[in-house]
Amino acid sequence: MAPQPRLVGKRVLRNEDARLLTGRALFVDDVQLEGMLHVAFLRSEHAHARVKGIDVAAARRRPGVVAVYTAADLGDYWRPGPLLVPPPPIPGLEFHACTQVPLVKDKARHVGEPIAMVVAESRYVAEDALADITVEVEPLAAVVDLEAALERGAPLVHEQLKSNRAAHVVQKKGDYDAARAAAHKVITRHFLYDRGISAAIENRAVAARWDDRAEELTVWDTTQAPIPIRNGLAAMLGLLESQVRVIAPFVGGGFGPKIMMFYPEEVLIPWAAMRLGRPVKWTEDRQENFTATTQERGQVHDAELAVAKDGKILGVKDVFLHDSGAYDSYGLTVPINSQCTLLGPYDVPNYYSEFTAVFTNKTLVTPVRGAGRQHGVFVMERLLDFAARELGLDRLEIRRRNYLPSGAFPFNNQIIFQDSAPLVYDSGDYAPALEDAARMIGYEKFVREEQPRLRVAGRHVGVGVVSYIEGTGIGPYEGARVTIEPSGQVRVATGVGTQGQGHFTAFAQIVADVLDVPVEQVHVVTGDTREFHWGTGTFASRGAVVAGTACHAAAVAVRDKMFAVASRVLDQPVEKLELAGGRVTAKGATDGGIAYGALAARANPLRGAVKPGTEPGLEATAYYGPDRGSTASGVHAMIVEVDPETAMVEIQRYVVVHDCGKLINPMIVEGQIQGGVAHGIGNAFYEQLVYDDTGQLQNASFMDYLLPTAGDVPRVEIAHRETPSPLSPIGLKGVGEAGCIPTGAAFAQAVEDALADFGVEITEIPLSPDKLFDLLKKTRPKKRNVVVLEGSFVFAGPRSAVWDLLQDPAVLGTALPGAMRLERTGDGHYDGLMKVGIGPVTAAEFSVRVTLRDREPPARYGMIVEGKGSFGFTRGTAQVTLADHQNGTEMTYRAEVQVGGTIAGVGQRLLDSVARRMTKQGLESLNKALAARL
Amino acid sequence: MTIVVTVNGVQYRRDVEPRLLLSDFLRQDLGLTGTHVGCEHGVCGACTVLLDGEPVRSCLMLAVQADGAELTTVEGLAPGGPDELHPLQAAFRQAHALQCGFCTPGILMTLVAFLRDHAAPGDAEIRDALGGHLCRCTGYQNIIDAVKLASGAPAPAGR
Repeated sequence: MAPQPRLVGKRVLRNEDARLLTGRALFVDDVQLEGMLHVAFLRSEHAHARVKGIDVAAARRRPGVVAVYTAADLGDYWRPGPLLVPPPPIPGLEFHACTQVPLVKDKARHVGEPIAMVVAESRYVAEDALADITVEVEPLAAVVDLEAALERGAPLVHEQLKSNRAAHVVQKKGDYDAARAAAHKVITRHFLYDRGISAAIENRAVAARWDDRAEELTVWDTTQAPIPIRNGLAAMLGLLESQVRVIAPFVGGGFGPKIMMFYPEEVLIPWAAMRLGRPVKWTEDRQENFTATTQERGQVHDAELAVAKDGKILGVKDVFLHDSGAYDSYGLTVPINSQCTLLGPYDVPNYYSEFTAVFTNKTLVTPVRGAGRQHGVFVMERLLDFAARELGLDRLEIRRRNYLPSGAFPFNNQIIFQDSAPLVYDSGDYAPALEDAARMIGYEKFVREEQPRLRVAGRHVGVGVVSYIEGTGIGPYEGARVTIEPSGQVRVATGVGTQGQGHFTAFAQIVADVLDVPVEQVHVVTGDTREFHWGTGTFASRGAVVAGTACHAAAVAVRDKMFAVASRVLDQPVEKLELAGGRVTAKGATDGGIAYGALAARANPLRGAVKPGTEPGLEATAYYGPDRGSTASGVHAMIVEVDPETAMVEIQRYVVVHDCGKLINPMIVEGQIQGGVAHGIGNAFYEQLVYDDTGQLQNASFMDYLLPTAGDVPRVEIAHRETPSPLSPIGLKGVGEAGCIPTGAAFAQAVEDALADFGVEITEIPLSPDKLFDLLKKTRPKKRNVVVLEGSFVFAGPRSAVWDLLQDPAVLGTALPGAMRLERTGDGHYDGLMKVGIGPVTAAEFSVRVTLRDREPPARYGMIVEGKGSFGFTRGTAQVTLADHQNGTEMTYRAEVQVGGTIAGVGQRLLDSVARRMTKQGLESLNKALAARL
Repeated sequence: MTIVVTVNGVQYRRDVEPRLLLSDFLRQDLGLTGTHVGCEHGVCGACTVLLDGEPVRSCLMLAVQADGAELTTVEGLAPGGPDELHPLQAAFRQAHALQCGFCTPGILMTLVAFLRDHAAPGDAEIRDALGGHLCRCTGYQNIIDAVKLASGAPAPAGR
């Protein structure tokens, strides 16, 4: 029987889609249980305020209210949350853990922090009761700005600390100061990156039920990490871990904040369900989401790049501030990602990176898709852009000169990554991805032909091309259990939660290939601790890599068991058996053997013995724990057009060349990339959380906080490269966050390129139409190699005669600077040859094309002149107006002439004087021609 | 107040509080949890249902306003269950037009009405129709492809 076609690497349609498309997939808010109570939270309206008293008596009296809890009601259950990720072992590291609390006791530290919890028969009643609660507060000055937060005398977010400094970390490689001293140039800039929300369309939700008879707590949670939630809840509630079942069913988008733990609501809802003996549910509303769900991206960098004359990177120094928000429960993952990702795909021999994490009176910062990597990429790519400009190098060329060569791997960057392991790139091949992206977007043609042509026509188009790497697939480990049931169906259970990544299909593909079954026959269950209770969660672009590899290992172990059992049943040596068409058969046999289901039944007999040293059933559990992560990489390129009047940016093309090692399902990978790019575009141009100086969020709704819509996101053209990871037996690397990591850097470069004439420099993300507008107002068009000619000239003759003269190619030819001859090739079109001498270029010959347009005889017309020759090119536009004058006809003109190539090298002053002289000569010869005619 | 509504062809008579949102009525009172709520202020579009054939935000309406109306929710698109998908649902699967699937029911409802009124829509029209929906996972492109697939337009190049 023919084996199943291989599925890994194929565009396999998703197993989970039908349930999602028909509205039958279970999300947490869909959980409705008999007797269920509903919760609403009273949240702090102040960013920073001492809470002096809370009066909940009236709320408790309201009909339908079952309970109202404040911090005082929690007793010993009130305690700060755990530190999720202890800082890595970096020498000299300073870290102050201040973790979030379930309900505010004495001081509120950010807007949205919960103060009281109302449990009622319906959410409507619970929200009514919020209005019954009075809180006596003493508002305090808020800590909002990162730099001001560290000033002496700044208000303190956590008074037990002497300052708002949450952490201070220095990582070094080589000797940056020596590199700087030897540098040809040092590029120094100040960069800003501001906050956004993750904006999963499903808000957070928690539902819990305590079964008094089974003595079991069931919790439905929109978490990305159900197993750690189970273990933590068991510890907090004094239960055995096996008494707690946490289910993360279908989750409507994660993007990072759903792995924060423990949110106050995750601590309180199960506790209330146990205390009240009734199921309890809370679902976040969108307004709560804006202040109570974690956020990311506030950093301020002062960075410098030391380069040699040839553009080689000698060293980088980066000193930055990282906004932790009010608590730092997630440790230093985000700033360490920034620190490590900055190095990118480049050979940076000397690096000095120092950051200070800062407490502020804003919502907590934890990873949001990209998790600090954006900042590093933005800083490095921008520095390279500025260096290229100063050195007169092409933007692609400076990157080519600095890529790590393909033979450099594994490459040790000599600093510590977020997973506490050394930052070692496992594999990569960077330069070809750049060439692929440049070819796909047509970089050379764009910068040499299209952009100059469109610029002459007054259009502001630009291209951006940037590189990035993404550390993915970190440990500690994940596991999976694969079972062949007597029906022949295959079941896979793994611990990671799923939020749309297609795990039900990708894991099924991996297992289906090992066991040679159709993908529909593999049933994957994720995110239910009753099914699988070892593992950590879905984060850091690791689900497919780590859990996928575990699924592979478990499937291989099951296959070994199948062969072992079949060997006895079929009386054949194992090495003579194979899997084909759902049966184990002798190699090469076209029939016979035993079906998987029957084999599963034989492996689990009702009578007889399971031999010592063997296990019943066709089931195996396996784990995969990589020592360190795998490093994905890629290049993004985009072409934009900017309207300087409105500062709106249109993304015309977007190209991604991505390398995440071996692809499991290109369709899913491309979906992740397209979606990530959309997220990145939002971060780059639309989305920003705006806090005022009292720490109030000013745009806490989708009316005011702009997510990109279908009209804003272009089709992303995607190509793959596959450099397998040597760490994983199937060569996988992660992809979940890649799409949004370099987007801001590419966007900044492209917009800057489009606005080259204005000399705009972009060192801040998110940009927005209004910020870009402000930048444009501050600059004046600064054109290089452009001559602007403006003036007027009086012809001694009537207007109609002047008009006719100007339409005559023979005459026109003599008037154009340096023109030799011109022929009419169509209405308003003329071709010819022109010779000019500028400085050392004595007789540059150009073929020219002249187009007249917008003609309104005998009053005005426009003219486009394009010239090309071996010494370069020239392009010009002119507007000519004719008006009656007491001495004849007055011509007013405005022309912009751009030159490029060798002749542009003569310098602006010479260009100006030559152009003026030629214009004057041209007009005087025209006047003579006119006199001859009259 | 007592209201009578027909949802997916089934008539329901229910006593409701006047302030009950239509979205909550569908999800909680009728158990039709396929209609999702993403923002409760009419921007994200996840809660879109058809009211007498036209797409409306069920989070911006009260249940009592739907008295006497005929409603269709995502559950009504494939009454035969997951094995008998509506052509638009099948196209969504084919084009990988959903990831987490949370915003998908509302988008489907808008597009069902859109395709009824637009036989062979172009990209710009589809993008316009999708303008009232937020999706954080897909970046929209595959949704546009799915609409074309469902409308019988040729598949876009390069896929």
